[in-house]
Amino acid sequence: MYSNIYEKISDNPKYLQLKRRRRRFAWSLTLLVLAVYLGYLALVAFARPLLAEPLPGLTAMTWGIPLGVAVIVFTIAVTGLYVYRANAEFDALRDEIIRDLRK
Amino acid sequence: MIVRLLTLLVLLGFAGVVCAAAGKVPGPRQLTNWTAIMSFGFFVIAMLYATKWAAAKSRAAADFYAGGSGLSGFQNGLAIAGDYMSAASFLGISAAVMVYGYDGLLYSIGFLVGWPIVTFLMAERLRNLGKFTFADVAGYRFRQKPIRAFAATSTLIVVAFYLIAQMVGAGQLVKLLFGLEYWMAVVIVGALMTAYVLAGGMTSTTWMQIVKAVMLLFGATFMAFMVLLHYGFNLEAMFARAIEIKTQLAGKELLADALGGGLGLRQAAGLTGGEAAAAGRSIMGPGNFLADPVSAISFGIALMFGTAGLPHVLIRFFTVPNAKEARKSVLWATTWIGYFYLLTFIIGFGAIAFVLIDPQFLDARGELRGGANMAAVHLASAVGGNLFFGFIAAVAFATILAVVAGLTLSGASAVSHDLYATVLRRGSIDPSAELRVSRLTTLGLGLVSVLLGIAFERQNIAYMVSLAFAVAASANFPVLFMAVLWKDCTTRGAVIGGSLGLLSSVGLVLVSPAIWEETLGNPAGSALFPYASPCLFSMPLGFVGVWLFSRLDRSEQAQRERRAFRDQEIRSETGIGAIAASAR
Repeated sequence: MYSNIYEKISDNPKYLQLKRRRRRFAWSLTLLVLAVYLGYLALVAFARPLLAEPLPGLTAMTWGIPLGVAVIVFTIAVTGLYVYRANAEFDALRDEIIRDLRK
Repeated sequence: MIVRLLTLLVLLGFAGVVCAAAGKVPGPRQLTNWTAIMSFGFFVIAMLYATKWAAAKSRAAADFYAGGSGLSGFQNGLAIAGDYMSAASFLGISAAVMVYGYDGLLYSIGFLVGWPIVTFLMAERLRNLGKFTFADVAGYRFRQKPIRAFAATSTLIVVAFYLIAQMVGAGQLVKLLFGLEYWMAVVIVGALMTAYVLAGGMTSTTWMQIVKAVMLLFGATFMAFMVLLHYGFNLEAMFARAIEIKTQLAGKELLADALGGGLGLRQAAGLTGGEAAAAGRSIMGPGNFLADPVSAISFGIALMFGTAGLPHVLIRFFTVPNAKEARKSVLWATTWIGYFYLLTFIIGFGAIAFVLIDPQFLDARGELRGGANMAAVHLASAVGGNLFFGFIAAVAFATILAVVAGLTLSGASAVSHDLYATVLRRGSIDPSAELRVSRLTTLGLGLVSVLLGIAFERQNIAYMVSLAFAVAASANFPVLFMAVLWKDCTTRGAVIGGSLGLLSSVGLVLVSPAIWEETLGNPAGSALFPYASPCLFSMPLGFVGVWLFSRLDRSEQAQRERRAFRDQEIRSETGIGAIAASAR
């Protein structure tokens, strides 16, 4: 029952734009998260002495602690970044597409 | 009505437990702690009432599966966080930090880092395509019978692994609190939880998650605050103390070993001093838990991608009114979960300092009473006395109750909706028969989780959950990902690839050291698969399977499925079609 609606949307340039922008943004952020996390895992797997090295001037706290906390904070921040842009820009584009349907 | 029934059940279970505890011969278990038990009972019942009050205020329909699409992003975010901050997160991670130190943080980071991936690639598509189970999304353009049979099977297996962890946590908690035998505690908990799900449904589960998430965040904040306060908010001092204690403990153990080996006292002390210091220091870096690089990477990947394949988390995206709220809810969930994981790290280090060498928390052999999984619960008693101990026990219990309910429901809807209604009855839906099937499934899952919960008593519960994540990442995630994002994916590819991921991950878990040696009792070193997680091998197998068998599929059906991708993509990108469905 939606197939004629989908037919109309499929060649709407705004839809193609939405798809392209979202794809580029979502995949760049995905690659960024993967790079950060796999980089961190690589340190855990292959550079243990580095992570277990105390911070300058301290004896107990190691480099691994702030680094791990930074990965957590980064994770939250990058999620926020996507949600912020999607809720503003992508949803506005989507609303325009729906408005075009009513014409 | 439901809550009254539940309160009655809790009171009955409670009375039974108290009678059993009172009638016990004073054995090796601890004396019954009445203040803690009263506080526990009070808070469990208070939480049930808060749940009822909140649910009555919401306009969500009393549907057994989905809580109606009336939740705001903030509420749903808390509910997701509630689902995710399970017994494994709270008890398991703090225990892992206490035992291994830094490696416990790998759980926190791994469990969290899947969320951005879910947000970027999945959340809104799930919301736009799904209705009841994740098979709705994965099988949107596929032949329903095979894809749903696969989805229901993998859902049940993932749910079972996850349930075991919750049952072990609940059993140890109730055992510790009431001084019961472990198996008895598991049976009582299993019965209570099954009754709760049968009476409650998804709406009360959702509100239970929200209420409990708030309580858990409050309780964990308080504990972390008290620990930090003790050290004047100086993290360096906290870590230094933890190293000192771990060095002492390692020294004692090494000394005992050396003396047992026939060395003189002075000689043994000289030999073991340096080793003990190294063991103490080792908690500040990785390597205690995941000794080899392959395990570390495989484990890390399982945690990351498992999130995107957990059936009970995926269905949470169907309960928001639109994609915007779906996104907001992931952001809220990620924020709360991340904050909570930072707290569990502090709680774990607090447990080293406050619990590990305090005789009141140790048994005759110098081991932690109730097992390492009880680290956080003991810490509650150390920093907040018996009342707070009861409160944290109640929160942990409610956590498990709510998570078990969510898990059981997703298992039950997979069987009744996917397997029964679609596969067996070919879509001729009879709602009352479907409901009956889901109730039977609930009973069955309750029984299975009790039996397995007893078998897995000694496992760290966060590790058990990591196995559920490994299976989810190897079976559900590749299918969902490829079906939603790859045009050329076909039914055959999805089902064969997903099954390969499922079989290989479960098979490798069964012959890994944790199950083959520690649980099934085979001799050490006999496990065929030496790594902590199968994911590094099974997840790529799942992906390659989906890709290869889709490519090879040249049937007429496959062509139709590829053509249907366009409409699926438009709906998943814009929500058109889904909007009308939920406005009905």
